[in-house]
Amino acid sequence: MRMQTRILAAALGLLLLGVSGTAQTKLNGAGATFPYVIYSKWFDVYHTKTGIEFNYQSIGSGGGIKQVTEGTVDFGASDAFLSDQQLSDIKEKQGSEVLHIPTVMGAVVVTYNVSGVGKGLRLSQDVLAGIFLGEITKWNDPKIASINSGMNLPATDIIVAHRSDGSGTTNIFTDYLCKVSKAWADKVGKGTSVNWPVGLGGKGNEGVAGLVKQSEGSIGYVELAYAVQNGLPYADLRNKAGEYVEPTFEAVSAAAAGAAKSMPADLRVMLTDADGKTSYPICGFTWLLIYKDMKDKAKAKEIQNFVKWAMTDGQTYAKDLYYAPLPKTVASLCVKKIETMDVK
Amino acid sequence: MERRTRRGDRSWPVPFRSSNGRRPRVRKVHNAGDFIFRNITRIFAILVFSLVFVMAYEMYMGSGLTLQKFGWSFLWTETWDPVQGTFGALPFIYGTVVSSLIALIISLPLSLGVAIFLSELAPRWLEQPLSFLVELLAAIPSIVYGLWGIFVMVPWLRVSVQPLLKKYFGTLPLFQGPAYGFSMLAAGVILAIMILPIITSISRDVLKAIPTLQREAALGLGATRWETTKLILMGARSGILGATLLGFGRAIGETMAVTMVIGNRPEIAASLFSPATSMASVIANEFAEATTDLYTDALIEVALILFGVTIILNILARLIVWSTTRRFAAT
Repeated sequence: MRMQTRILAAALGLLLLGVSGTAQTKLNGAGATFPYVIYSKWFDVYHTKTGIEFNYQSIGSGGGIKQVTEGTVDFGASDAFLSDQQLSDIKEKQGSEVLHIPTVMGAVVVTYNVSGVGKGLRLSQDVLAGIFLGEITKWNDPKIASINSGMNLPATDIIVAHRSDGSGTTNIFTDYLCKVSKAWADKVGKGTSVNWPVGLGGKGNEGVAGLVKQSEGSIGYVELAYAVQNGLPYADLRNKAGEYVEPTFEAVSAAAAGAAKSMPADLRVMLTDADGKTSYPICGFTWLLIYKDMKDKAKAKEIQNFVKWAMTDGQTYAKDLYYAPLPKTVASLCVKKIETMDVK
Repeated sequence: MERRTRRGDRSWPVPFRSSNGRRPRVRKVHNAGDFIFRNITRIFAILVFSLVFVMAYEMYMGSGLTLQKFGWSFLWTETWDPVQGTFGALPFIYGTVVSSLIALIISLPLSLGVAIFLSELAPRWLEQPLSFLVELLAAIPSIVYGLWGIFVMVPWLRVSVQPLLKKYFGTLPLFQGPAYGFSMLAAGVILAIMILPIITSISRDVLKAIPTLQREAALGLGATRWETTKLILMGARSGILGATLLGFGRAIGETMAVTMVIGNRPEIAASLFSPATSMASVIANEFAEATTDLYTDALIEVALILFGVTIILNILARLIVWSTTRRFAAT
């Protein structure tokens, strides 16, 4: 019996030694759920190409920001850029600035489930805000009917669906509503989680899509991918230039190209309500949050290489996964930005 | 006959009373192995016990900002506004308590019925598989209930049950408003299904613990089957109360199933058809993305309230159940 236990202990020891012996470069990241699909694809392809392993936990933008502040990850990801306060907190705690690198763009679409109404319902800024404020309560309200002359709108109640959890999607959507409706800005405001005047809460993009799919007469906001995958119709929204635009990749890129002209140096910008005749009004970047001055320079170099790859080859995977790729101007700005990283 | 000390049974016997009237001494333990064993198990017991206090302490410390800013008014403020920084737990407390009460009202008669059937009326060959099936209900994970709730129960409520209730009881403020399906009622129904096995199995055990002698005596004096059952229920009432409290405790803490069907609206409304929220579901939904420290602290304080309520209910329930089963264990 004693001999057996000794052999067992020795075997375990060797096993542990063996496991600890292999020190591969493994980069840890955490953050937004929205870009999780494309990041997974990128990490997978990059691993096959270079052998560098990435480990990404999609715990949400808020979680990503927290982990970057605490320094438990090598990089973060967020649908909302960091505020000045958050940046100074990180500078204090981790001793480094944070670079915001936009990776892909997403469109937030307004999806609905109204009997007899197919694709292409038109919603103007006032009507959209009115619905989500609870002021417009029936589908056949004259305000909706007047801009949709060709459609047969029923007299059913409007059931609003929104997110019950904190979300970057909500952040983009409420930011847009604040820009186009003073009443919304005063009453509700913007953020990843707000005090909704009306509506049911669903958990995650899939929760809202599920609510809309199930409830007759409902309206909600989701990322474009979810609307397409669930076969839900989405509305054409009126943009700043007064045109009704369908959320296509081209319309999203147009919004980013329009904003690229006046983009701030640190690439922190909201793309909502962008200029341009063909721009879709509710789009947003999703960012990678990267430490400018990492302690582990080898890891810093790896991250820099990865970002450069993502800005070039990586963008080709975006459309298949329903993300809008960055316009070339923005991608080159990102490459310039990542080169300011301290990798020596 | 073994004499019991005032503090209940000991694992090692207390010897005879000493002749000079002083307190009897416990026999000294000479074996080192026994000593180590006794103290290690003692440490484990203390660890588990103190875990509860550590958790309560950590949550109290974690909710510092909101305790400071809102104080007791946190308990009765109705607004939950992360943008403005105003937080109040009342809609969540209301939602949790009301959905659990609805669950109790629905499941108590059902559970008692099943428990009585299993303990009094069912033949042996039926009772065992049936008990097993009821306990199986308790083993189903909460999220599976939630998914079933979204895809099966809520549409059924929206299409069949709510219109019916509206038609016959629509005058009551309880059954007014549009029928979304996702509502307080949906949460109550799904919780009822989830607590049914708990109340049933404990009630069945309590009813079985009452000695057959009582039943035979009643029947011998000419009571009918139903009168005997009533008598037994009277005797077991504190145990059944304990079972109910345990079920209520489970309903209060239930997270995933509730959050998927309750509609997640931090609002207090009279109607059962309107969406609501609960303490557990707001924490599950919002904690990961809580942006500011005040927001996180508010959620931790909600957790503290939930923790306190659950602990108190469970302690109460256990004490009641133990008192019943112990009373009859001796005979």
